[in-house]
Amino acid sequence: MSPLLSGSLFHSSPFNPSSPHAQVISDLFILVLYISAVIFLVVFGSLLYAILRYRGKPGQPDPAQEFGNAKIEIVWTALPFLIVVFLCVFTVKTMYSADPPAKGGDPDLVIIGHQWWWEARYPKSGVVTANEIHIPVGKNFLVRLESADVIHDFWVPQLSRKMDAVPGQVNYIWLQASEAGTYLGACSEYCGAQHAWMRIRVIAQPEAEFEKWQQEQLKVPSKPTTGEVALGAELFERLTCVNCHTISGTIAEANVGPDLTHLASRQTLGAGILENTPSNLARWLANPHAVKPGVLMPNMKLTESEINLLVAYLGTLK
Amino acid sequence: MSETPIASETVDSVSKVEEYKGLYSWVASVDHKQIGILYLIFTIIFLLLGGIEALLLRIQLAQPTSTFLSPQAYNQLFTMHGTTMIFLVVMPMLIGLATYLVPLMIGARDMAFPRLNALSFWLLVFGGLLLYYSFITQGGAPNVGWFSYAPLSEKPFSLWTGGVDYWALGLLVAGIGTVSSGVNLITTIFALRAEGLTIRRLPLFVWMVLVNSFLIILALSILNASLVMLLADRLLGAHYFRPATGGSAILWQHLFWAFGHPEVYIMVLPAFGILSEVIPVFSRKPIFGYEFVAGSTVAIGLLSFGVWAHHMFTVGLGHILDSFFGIASMLIAIPTGVKIFNWIATMWGGSIRFTTAMLFAVAFLVQFTVGGLSGVHFAVVPIDWQTTDTYYVVAHFHYVLFGGTFFGIMAGIYYWFPKITGRMLSEGLGKIHFWTMLIGFNLTFFVQHILGLIGMPRRVYTYPDLPHWGMLNLVSTIGAFILALSVLVFVWNIIASLRNGKPAGDNPWDAWTLEWATTSPPPVHNFDRLPPIRGRRPLWDFTHPDKADWKVHEKNGT
Repeated sequence: MSPLLSGSLFHSSPFNPSSPHAQVISDLFILVLYISAVIFLVVFGSLLYAILRYRGKPGQPDPAQEFGNAKIEIVWTALPFLIVVFLCVFTVKTMYSADPPAKGGDPDLVIIGHQWWWEARYPKSGVVTANEIHIPVGKNFLVRLESADVIHDFWVPQLSRKMDAVPGQVNYIWLQASEAGTYLGACSEYCGAQHAWMRIRVIAQPEAEFEKWQQEQLKVPSKPTTGEVALGAELFERLTCVNCHTISGTIAEANVGPDLTHLASRQTLGAGILENTPSNLARWLANPHAVKPGVLMPNMKLTESEINLLVAYLGTLK
Repeated sequence: MSETPIASETVDSVSKVEEYKGLYSWVASVDHKQIGILYLIFTIIFLLLGGIEALLLRIQLAQPTSTFLSPQAYNQLFTMHGTTMIFLVVMPMLIGLATYLVPLMIGARDMAFPRLNALSFWLLVFGGLLLYYSFITQGGAPNVGWFSYAPLSEKPFSLWTGGVDYWALGLLVAGIGTVSSGVNLITTIFALRAEGLTIRRLPLFVWMVLVNSFLIILALSILNASLVMLLADRLLGAHYFRPATGGSAILWQHLFWAFGHPEVYIMVLPAFGILSEVIPVFSRKPIFGYEFVAGSTVAIGLLSFGVWAHHMFTVGLGHILDSFFGIASMLIAIPTGVKIFNWIATMWGGSIRFTTAMLFAVAFLVQFTVGGLSGVHFAVVPIDWQTTDTYYVVAHFHYVLFGGTFFGIMAGIYYWFPKITGRMLSEGLGKIHFWTMLIGFNLTFFVQHILGLIGMPRRVYTYPDLPHWGMLNLVSTIGAFILALSVLVFVWNIIASLRNGKPAGDNPWDAWTLEWATTSPPPVHNFDRLPPIRGRRPLWDFTHPDKADWKVHEKNGT
């Protein structure tokens, strides 16, 4: 990460790349911006000169009538053509370095777009999570993108190109971070009511930390036996929560909504709309539509004591 | 193609159509001038509607996590804003200007098919009404964006709204009218030119309308067919675009953009034509490189059908296809650049009069260049991989279609209003209109480039409170209100000038194409008689017999 950009306007932009793939795009982008600036200055400069120099005065006779000049036309057709040839070469070259073909390798990560959240599966370890994607620093992850419903688009500007998640099709991208940190992204293809709150967090950690995170994510939570937490767990299984969600070690095994096995270990709720705190979780449970209008989770019409029990239980799922 | 014009005989042989008066004439008219004016009135009404929709969107986005609009309302409004501005404002405004001007510019009595002309207009009206009717239906207006990507636009994902059906039906009805306009304009230009007005002497506006009309009949037909397929999916249970039952979501994108990209040029080429009339007249020089300006239009028209997949670089078509479409898209920059250079060369060495029309034309050149350059960025495929579907795109196409086309239309309206109404638009109000629009436009849309580059996707009803996002969005919203003010000044200028504008006379700008050879407004039969046509500037030749273009060309052997 360029220290120049930390905290600046362009902090989370493609101009602050943190991977070799995003780096080559940034370099090309900056080159093209320079070329564009030169072209703009040439056009604007000659226009400005013309309007200042050739401003007509009242009563002035008509100027000399010229009809054109084929030589000049050829020059200003050929010059842009050369620029285009130059750009073509760089375009194609950069395409292959920014996005090398996956060649059918096994993905390290499968990301599935849902209305309006991201499912993340690590096929090699079996970890399943949502919206917050952990990767080890410096490792080049092959990501397979799928969609469960409509077209979404996975975009984390500092790390990789964006790529659509298309129903009935699989796409691949490379995801890598050169430095530890949290990288922000978002769904970049309009996908319905809550397209705005389909945000992405990529958390790049040193390899050991990442391994530790995976181990923790794989742990099956022990069944609580006492107090509010046990009552909450029982309530969770009794209500219709289990028709949509999964919590390992319980009867909840559905995959319509996000996997909640380690919900409490996440930073946000509702794909980025709320910070993950007990009071926000209570707000969400009381009526998800008040928080994220249009969300597919129904209002469960829970009583306050039910909400408290569920928050107590879900809060233990670290 | 025959070089022998047949217009003069046609003018004589057309029996005089009865001149209707009053309100009835505005409904029953088949006169191209009345229909042209109806187009302009209709489009200004929809401009105000689309503008109000835009203001509501900008109010919602003025600050992070705002709750002024629900996501459902926001999504309906941006869908309607885009659909309105494209199908009910920009495209019909240009077609309306062409309907009014083309017969006059070629010295014809009317369009080739006057009744078809009226049908085209009224289909547009009913298409627009069908689209807007959706607001009062259950579930409300369409909410899937102006490009209605499948499968979001399919039944399982928008079950609760008929909005998408009204969207498809409305556009289909209007689209049939638009195709008819294209057929009508092509026939008119080929068949009804006055004696001496060869294809190589056509005013450039007419040239561009001609090329444009071919784009219209090819591209709009693709759209109409796709809309029928979408309706079949939604209403008859077909499976064209539904991946869950064996259809293809990507097929919709191919079809839509096979229409959608030529559509961009359909909205740009006639504006190029306006510039090619306005700039020479107010620079007091003929267009520089007529053949190159006309030829580059043909090049753009042809290329426009081979670039559609540059809207699809993130779909996963593979690098080979992406490269092809990227390179094809970059090529369009060449003929477009040629035009810009020729316009500047026309001004070069001229005696420029900064009327309001000319100011809009100059602003067009600057803003369109910005939009054109950011357009090249999307053709550089890896840059598109970062910027597509962000506010960078929103900024880009508003620079092309608003800063470009719409400013061009404004230039055209200030230029031709005296001909159409017989009265001048106020230059004083015109200059206030110009400067507020220039400031409002750039304030609204320039910052959107930055918003896109710092990660703001387009079509989001709200956004998190990230550093600088709120401030930049607020600036954009303030700009939008200045822009709205400028539109009000424009509408006021029209109303005030219609009442008290200075009488225009036949040829207030000392222009040289045929429409200025008749009275303002022209009589129902357009011309009592035409000047002899021996070159591209018949009125210049008429007023400057010693320096007539054809004499100059004869002397130079060109």
